[in-house]
Amino acid sequence: MLSAPDLIETFPFPFAADSYRYSTNVEPAGATVHTPAGRWGERVVDIDSEYEHELAERAAVLALDPTRYAVLPHMRPACWDTMLSLMREMASAYPETMSLQRHGAGWRWRNARLGVTQDFVIGDEATLPDVPLAYIAGQVQEDIVLLDQRDGDLFGDAGVVTFAADWSFGFDVGMTFLEIHGPVPRLRETGVITRAREFLMRLQPGETYRRTNWTMTIGRRLDVSTERYHEWGPDRTLIQTVSDEEFGRLVHLRVEVQHLIRLPESGAICFLIRTYMLPLADVAGIDPWRQRAATVMAELPDDMADYKGIIAYRDRAVRWLQNAG
Amino acid sequence: MSTLKLVVTAIDDSVDGIRTLTLTHPDGAPLPSFTPGSHIVVECGGPGRPANAYSLTGGGITPSAYVISVLRCGDGVADRPSGSQWIHNELATGDTVVTRPPRSAFAPVLRARRHLLVAAGIGVTPMVSHLRSARLWGRDARLLYIHREGRGAYVDTVRTLTDHASIHTRRGEFIAELTTALAEQPFGTHLYICGPASFIDFVTAAAADLGWPPSRIHLEHFGAVALDPGEPFAVQIVSTGEEFTVDSGVSLLESLESHGYDVPNLCRRGVCGECRIPVTRGGITHRDLYLSEAEKQAGDSLMPCVSRGFGETLELTL
Repeated sequence: MLSAPDLIETFPFPFAADSYRYSTNVEPAGATVHTPAGRWGERVVDIDSEYEHELAERAAVLALDPTRYAVLPHMRPACWDTMLSLMREMASAYPETMSLQRHGAGWRWRNARLGVTQDFVIGDEATLPDVPLAYIAGQVQEDIVLLDQRDGDLFGDAGVVTFAADWSFGFDVGMTFLEIHGPVPRLRETGVITRAREFLMRLQPGETYRRTNWTMTIGRRLDVSTERYHEWGPDRTLIQTVSDEEFGRLVHLRVEVQHLIRLPESGAICFLIRTYMLPLADVAGIDPWRQRAATVMAELPDDMADYKGIIAYRDRAVRWLQNAG
Repeated sequence: MSTLKLVVTAIDDSVDGIRTLTLTHPDGAPLPSFTPGSHIVVECGGPGRPANAYSLTGGGITPSAYVISVLRCGDGVADRPSGSQWIHNELATGDTVVTRPPRSAFAPVLRARRHLLVAAGIGVTPMVSHLRSARLWGRDARLLYIHREGRGAYVDTVRTLTDHASIHTRRGEFIAELTTALAEQPFGTHLYICGPASFIDFVTAAAADLGWPPSRIHLEHFGAVALDPGEPFAVQIVSTGEEFTVDSGVSLLESLESHGYDVPNLCRRGVCGECRIPVTRGGITHRDLYLSEAEKQAGDSLMPCVSRGFGETLELTL
């Protein structure tokens, strides 16, 4: 076992069947999913043993590249709305360490895990040590994208994304939902993405849904953004030459649990992307996961494997998983 | 469908014909936040009675109370009072009312350069939350409001919320100012209209004449985003021969589940496609976003989470 026990127990294994295709796989948030290793899904904002480490990683990425944070001017109310909504989610999920209370004309936020107690007044940036979206992004492991709804469409007009899986938030800022998903094969032809957009535009205030997505990453590297392709891109070739032992340790199944929240006051949609990673060596430790992952990857059509960037080592991953039994 | 049980903690009848209710959680707990322009649907007197939508006029961020204002109107049907008559004649402080959570169907476009709000009579109510939000976030919002003499709801409130409230009781003066205002707005202004249908038509036509594109004009349409509860319909299950009726307000999926049929499902909103079931006979009212037009035309399957039957018994292959 390479990972901390809680990372295996709460791993959101993404394959519900022996083949994987894109679908509008949204479901109401909050339902517990039981897995052969444990369970996941109870919380919208999820904190695990990587919390402090991943927050430090986010801060480091932002310090190197400020374009990972962007807020178009009209999204200011949505940023406050996001901060308040995520604080509320954390306070209800972790009541021992987190709380949000009205405090006179303002509010008091307590995050004992980080030793934070903060009084603030909504709409008054001077009452926070940082702008609200950056402030809350410093206390959650999730990446955040905020979608504005207008003219019958959705626009990615704000966000903090430091752990992008082979895309660039800075490039996508201001694009429509369909433009952002343009590069993904099959999404337009199958109607999956237009259906998702229609669904999102009908979400009512406070409603929260979730879906999962997945890919594979070499090494436990959260920031595989387009901006740093020159650092991680070559790994996809190098991985083919490593030993079997090293292959199982380095190749990670990477799963995103994405939550979709209609923010109640601004009416914007808050899109949370929480990334979980488990090396194949740990995936193989849970036999139903090992078998299912091998079957799904073997069956995955080439265009999807190519888009996910795994086509060069997908066959080896399948063999590795099959032989690990 | 989730509901809220709220207590009437204050009633204000100070404006003739308009009753303003303050509704709070029985435990005093904060209520869900809402988007400017949102309304709640109030069950006016229990099951089978009218359920009316009223705009929320108080603060929108985890408010301690919801405030609505109800114009007395309409005739009752078959000796039953209309919803507003029930609220005016029968509701008292301390009573409990059942409402749905806030729904947003008249939200401000946050990117607008300016928000021009045009209201008549009780149509001012959704504009009040627009103005509160505009003040908090520093948006440029202006109100043009006409009401009958002595029937001006929220006149003092809107004057405290904006320096740009123009309030009229004479039609000629209002129309003159409206026409000028519609002609003079900077590009990027969005127009929001609420009032009687004839008023909405009049202002919309005036704006269109002056070249306003439809995408910049927003009208208050209560309940347009919610699926209606539908009529009851009969279904028969092929494998068991069992027949039952799906009541109004209950989905076919819920009804199947309560009769012990397991249907795989995920979103329960007609988008994910999981709960699709084959149909061998009967008319279908498709209300999903999943099936293609051709599949809907074929009429041999439906998404029971949102779609319904009509006419002859709907026969399901389960």
